[in-house]
This record gives sequence, structure tokens and C-alpha cells, in this order.
Amino acid sequence: MEQYEIVIIGGGPAGLSAAVSARKAGAQRILILERDKELGGILNQCIHNGFGLHTFKEELTGPEYAARFIEQACELQIEYRLNTMVMDISLDKTVTAMSRELGMYQIQAGAVILAMGCRERSRGALNIPGYRPAGIYSAGTAQRLVNMEGFLPGRKVVILGSGDIGLIMARRMTLEGAQVQVVAELMPYSGGLKRNIVQCLDDYGIPLKLSHTVTDIKGRERVEGITLAAVDGKGKPVPGTEEEYECDTLLLSVGLIPENELSGQMGVTLNPVTSGPVVNESLETDIEGVFACGNVLHVHDLVDFVSEEAAMAGENAAHYVDNSQRTAEAYEKTDSAAGQEASAAVALKPENGVRYTVPSLIHPDRMRKEQIIRFRVGSVYKNCYIGVYLNGERILHRKRPVMAPGEMEEVKIKKSQLAGLSRPAELSIQVEEA
Amino acid sequence: MERRELICIGCPMGCPLSVETEEGKVISVTGNTCPRGDSYARKEVTNPTRIVTTTVRVTGGVQEMVSVKTKTDIPKGKIFDCVKALKNAQAEAPVRIGDVILQNAAGTGVDIVATKNVDAL
Repeated sequence: MEQYEIVIIGGGPAGLSAAVSARKAGAQRILILERDKELGGILNQCIHNGFGLHTFKEELTGPEYAARFIEQACELQIEYRLNTMVMDISLDKTVTAMSRELGMYQIQAGAVILAMGCRERSRGALNIPGYRPAGIYSAGTAQRLVNMEGFLPGRKVVILGSGDIGLIMARRMTLEGAQVQVVAELMPYSGGLKRNIVQCLDDYGIPLKLSHTVTDIKGRERVEGITLAAVDGKGKPVPGTEEEYECDTLLLSVGLIPENELSGQMGVTLNPVTSGPVVNESLETDIEGVFACGNVLHVHDLVDFVSEEAAMAGENAAHYVDNSQRTAEAYEKTDSAAGQEASAAVALKPENGVRYTVPSLIHPDRMRKEQIIRFRVGSVYKNCYIGVYLNGERILHRKRPVMAPGEMEEVKIKKSQLAGLSRPAELSIQVEEA
Repeated sequence: MERRELICIGCPMGCPLSVETEEGKVISVTGNTCPRGDSYARKEVTNPTRIVTTTVRVTGGVQEMVSVKTKTDIPKGKIFDCVKALKNAQAEAPVRIGDVILQNAAGTGVDIVATKNVDAL
């Protein structure tokens, strides 16, 4: 069986950044397995600009951002295989993959980095009545058709959901000559970034209807129209508010779901809130030597943060491989395990408006000088505080003018703040009213 | 004196900006967290501009389309002219990032450049 120190599942922004940093941290044999015909992942279809302000201090388009990492990976001579589907990862990190060229084969990995990204929630999850006519697309599918394959999926468009991809596609379809009539959002706030509402909707006079949803899709062969209705506080359509829209296309931008079939099959514990693996400070799942980063871990707003997170995962995986090689040698020499001493772990607890945290667990002895904790809140908060409590004692209190579910938040905890814990502790992160 | 409320599009933070103008001249910008917001606000109330991104067809390449952008921002009112000017444009593979696909798009003085590498078949 082929052997690699690190096998990375997915060659998108997370996989690429993890590979580059793992190499820089000393890992020799690294392999990226990618199911598409090119590296770069979803960035290849995100032709709009706005990527890379944090990472490269300039505004790049998606393909340009991807190219920067692909160049680095090539310079570092990182191996990759395209058109390759990973079928299974076993507990002992045997990766089963297949491709047209190589058929089905297995690779023994020292460490695995999960970087499979996410996929879009589909119509089936929404329970919209009606037939199944042509003309209903997820916003990302439409994006791929327009930007990569050169097709315009329709001319008269309604978009349900105001996630960033939906907003970006409202502008994109307009530029390509389609008439985007309305973007409807079930929630009373948009799930997308504010700047996308300005430059994708306001710039083109496309109305955004908050607290509205599609209650009917008309047409048997092709979409002929939809019914839009206002919803009450519980998300239920309000009778009498229905409006009819004639359209040939309905785009859905109703959320992203981390793609964790492989992780689940392998036995990695998933967080029901994020649908991503539960990870510790090293971005390691509850299976030793299996790391996760990027949108497979939790859906990000910014690729810059994906790259940063993945770089940490890559570095940690390289250290893991290095340590386990050394531990194995030590084991042979002394006939006893030279493992790490057990430390008092800190469990993170999202509370009072905070929906989840990444990571979920911190081992203070393994953490870096500073640990970034990323999280999302459950609704819109104005002039509130983020409070962090260690065993009930407040260690951080930070004012936030606005927090919304569509924008990921972060706090940084210093190693010194978690020093000297003798027993397992609890770190609570919560929203506090002013 | 006039006052306009804007959302900065300079980065994903989306700072709420407040711009005060008098007879078309900007007197003050508040609400920005960085210089990017200040310059965005000044431009937005006098001569709003945007970077335009779209795609053009590729001949003889491994991909059907290549993504392109205006090299710098162009006046907002020129966006559609710019896209129209590209309607029948084609690029011949191989295309490298930064290659000029169309010069002086729609009289803006700004070139359209490729944002993706497309190898020849």
C-alpha cells in the first residue's frame, strides 16, 4: 500500500493552505486528493472580487486567490491527484480512493486532514409545494453554470434566501441580461454580508423582501411563476399577503451544510449545530491524527479565515506526524510509551445567544500563546457584549456594536489565562445585554 | 449641508458611514474604521465606482470560460457598457492571470484583464 505522512481530502482553499503549511512545518510526503478536474475548489466559480484583504492585503477575485495558493503548492512540490473521489477513511487512517486512471486503491496515511468543504441546502429541505419543473437551481449551481460553463440558466429570476451566494448571483444574472425581480428572505435579517446587499442589490435596484418566503411554485415542465408571502414571527406564511411573480427560474440560497459523510462514516463525532466535526485546540477531531479545517468544520464567511484556520490544521498535522514517529522510536528503545502527560482540559460552552464555538475543547498545555475561538450568534444583537467566563469567573468582556448570525465572531484567549488549572474546567462564551 | 448614510464596501466588515457634504464637497466622513472607508465614502458621494467582474469565452482552452475584471474601478454608470463591450469578446488559450483581454473598455480608459489561468488544449 502507498504511504503518505499526510493525506488531505479536498483541494480547495482549506486543503491547499493546509498542505502548504504542513510542508513548511516539515512534513515530507503530503498528498491532496481532489474530486474536481482542477485545484481551487469553489473559488474557481467565485469570479467576483473581495477575497484576500487579510491574507494578501489586496482585493482579489476567487480564481486569483486560489492561484496564489496553487502556485505555492506547486513550488513546494506538493503532490495532488485530480478527478479522485475518496470513498472511505478507516480508523487506522487507510484512505480508499478511486479515479478513472487508477481505479480503486488504498493509501496509508500518518495523519488525515478533512477539507471537503460544504454544499448547498436544496429544495427538498424547504418543503415548498409544487411540481418539480426545470428552472429551480441552488444559487451555487447557477453560479457554476454561468461562470464556468457559459450558460445562463434563465431570464426572469426570483431568488429565495439572502445568503452571500444568492446576493452575488442576483448581480451576476443581472449583468448577464437576466431580470432579477426580487430576493426574498425568510428571516427578518439578511444572512449575507452588508456590503453584498449594497453592491449586489442596491446598485441594481433589486428589492430585498425580509420575512418573506416562497409558498408555491407554478409550472409542470418549466417554472412559470412563484407565490411569495410574508411570514409571521414563527416563520409561518400570513394569509392574504400572497403576491404572484412570473418567472422562469428560482434560485435558492438557503444555507450551506458541511459535507461530512466521510467523517461520519469514519466515526468522527459531529456537532449537531455546525454539522462539522467536534475539534480541540489543534483542530483535531476526536479521532487522533484526524484534523478538520475550512467549511467542512464550520461554514465561514471569508476565505481568508479558512486559509488561516487550515494553515493551523496543516501545521498541527505535521507536528502530529513528527511526534508519532518519534514516539514510535522511543517506544522501540525503551519499550514504554512516551506519550503526552494528561492535562486538565477546558470544555467550551456556548451559552445565551452563542450557538457554537470552534474549537469545543482546549488542552492548555497544547495550545499556542493565543487561541482564536470562532463562533456565531443566533440572532441580531445591538450594543451588546461578549462575555467569556472560566469556571464562572469573567476573564473577557468586549463590546460589540452589532452582531448577526450572518457574520462570524471571534475572541482570543491567552495561554496565560488558562494556566495552572488542575481540574477539568469550563469556558463559557455568551452574549450579554448592555 | 447634506448628510448621507452609507455602508462601506471596502471589506466584509461593512462599516456604517456618515458623510456630510456642502455644495457637492465632502466636509466630513465618520463611522469608518480604516482609511479605506474614508476614501470609499468620498468617492461614493461624488463619483461612485466599482470593479466589474464577468467572464468571456475561451477558444482552444481546457475551460469554456475565463473570468475577467476591470483592472481598476470604473464609474458605476459604465458597468453595463463595459459588460456589453465584452459580449462578443473572446480569449485565445493559453490565458494567464493579468493578460489584457480588452483595452480601454467602453471608453473608461481601463483595461479588462484575465483573473484565471486557462491552459491550451
